[in-house]
Amino acid sequence: MTKKIATRDAYGAALVELGQKNPAVVVLDADLSKSTKTYNFGQKYPNRFFNIGIAEQNMMGTAAGLASAGKIAFASTFAVFATGRVYDQIRNSIAYPRLNVKIGATHAGLTVGEDGASHQSIEDIALMRCLPNMTVFVPADSVETRAAVLAAAEFEGPVYIRLGRSEVPVLHDEANFHFVPGRAIKLREGKDAAIIACGIMVSAALEAAEQLANQGVSVQVLDVHTIKPLDVEAVVEAARTTGAVVTAEEHSINGGLGGAVAEALVENYPVIMRRVGVRDTFGESGKPQELLEKYGLTAPDLVRAVHEVLQRKVRGK
Amino acid sequence: MSEQTEKLAKLREQARQIRRHIVSMLGEAGSGHPGGSLSAADIVTALYFDVMRINPQNPDWPERDRFVLSKGHAAPLLYAALAERGYFPVENLRTLRRLGSPLQGHPDMRKVPGVEMSTGSLGQGLSAANGMAIAGKLDGKDYRVFVLLGDGEIEEGQVWEAAMAAAHYKLDNVTAFLDYNGLQIDGPIDVVMSAEPLADKWRAFGWDVQEIDGHDMEQILSAIARARETQGKPGIIIARTVKGKGVSFMENEVSWHGSAPKPEQVEKALADL
Repeated sequence: MTKKIATRDAYGAALVELGQKNPAVVVLDADLSKSTKTYNFGQKYPNRFFNIGIAEQNMMGTAAGLASAGKIAFASTFAVFATGRVYDQIRNSIAYPRLNVKIGATHAGLTVGEDGASHQSIEDIALMRCLPNMTVFVPADSVETRAAVLAAAEFEGPVYIRLGRSEVPVLHDEANFHFVPGRAIKLREGKDAAIIACGIMVSAALEAAEQLANQGVSVQVLDVHTIKPLDVEAVVEAARTTGAVVTAEEHSINGGLGGAVAEALVENYPVIMRRVGVRDTFGESGKPQELLEKYGLTAPDLVRAVHEVLQRKVRGK
Repeated sequence: MSEQTEKLAKLREQARQIRRHIVSMLGEAGSGHPGGSLSAADIVTALYFDVMRINPQNPDWPERDRFVLSKGHAAPLLYAALAERGYFPVENLRTLRRLGSPLQGHPDMRKVPGVEMSTGSLGQGLSAANGMAIAGKLDGKDYRVFVLLGDGEIEEGQVWEAAMAAAHYKLDNVTAFLDYNGLQIDGPIDVVMSAEPLADKWRAFGWDVQEIDGHDMEQILSAIARARETQGKPGIIIARTVKGKGVSFMENEVSWHGSAPKPEQVEKALADL
């Protein structure tokens, strides 16, 4: 049985590690620190932790001010509040002046679960991706999360880190893991089709590839932990090798990973493609697994999508 | 003349010079915001030419006092003060709002030395000032953070989030000015959105409040001196001002919030100044 850890837990632990390493790191939260796991940092480094209350706009602006004075400011809340609610603050006070603010957004996607659509962020990647100066990380597991957090602190500039509430399988080996921002990781070779995935959909992609292998279909799996800057080279290479691409994300099919990959392929190497994600609709209350099934974000959904692109590939588009 | 009288006279003269720049550069640019630049000219002059610990030769000096122009549309005022103070050549003021100029319509901290925060979307400057103030306290630095808010601007909810937080974190190194000129784009602020009782609101949020005439240099300086002495809470100086102050045909005229003077109007305005 694979070990399972929520990426938000890995985020909380990575912040504590970072706090130890780097005294310039400060953390802000908006009354959700026990859920976002910044609470742990607050316990360890109370002088460098600032609860701003339920005031996300002020949190982002305060983080910008701290960054302008030389701090590495991590600001955390749920993804839905960390993006749409404060879009203008991120745009004008953080991205435009290129300040060193790292947005740790937890509870992204449908797997927030029972809280329902008001809390299920399915457009945050799109919102952050279109901001100049912004880097967007969507880690697939706890190992990638730790690496992304440590990497974010290493370079100057705004970063959006998308994290989840639910436990997800640990895919990477901590000891041998090498994270390069903007460089996708090929988790599985394949020649018939490629699944390009991010976040929790990476493990679903691996599962789908396994099932497809049993059916005699060879599928490459690309883990795109950095949506921006996108690893265009790796995406084009996957398309060139396989001629059929499926993207997979716990996000709207509009503007997220699917959008980014489509843009890259249309301009460089168009192939048959299908985007798996939330199909331009809001979510609803339910258990995370029930939601993933209802909204078509499971391994069997990816298997179906791969068969579909393969058929179209054979028919010649 | 006593030393103090001399200082005040110098500052008044400096403010006059800054107002002349504002009118000229806006005339040259053909667009921009004269009303709210002129109303706050005395406050900003006092800060840059008497109060703030700054070094134009070393704009990123960590010990410097900070000024955040939260009402970013008063950019011409900030640019004029920075140029006069020696951050960049005064001649550059003529490039305001031109393609390729560092002097953007609203201040860009990455383009202009001395600009502490990029502003323009209203309501965000006090939050940034709070962040700078918290960083100062964390680092054991004694710099102060000044922020200029517009009276229409405080209709933005974020201002009050930041006001609450500044008091909560006891940011006595923050001093805000409210440029209370009474007008916003669509008309008098008490018609668009009533703000009064302003002093009570800030007091209720835990701030030390002073009310002054924002064109009286002596009152401006003594209010800042008192704000410096206030311990344990942030201070706000509500400054009664006249929109378009100093230019007869612009004073208290809402139409001059966001339109630039034509060449003949520039001449007339400079004659007033």
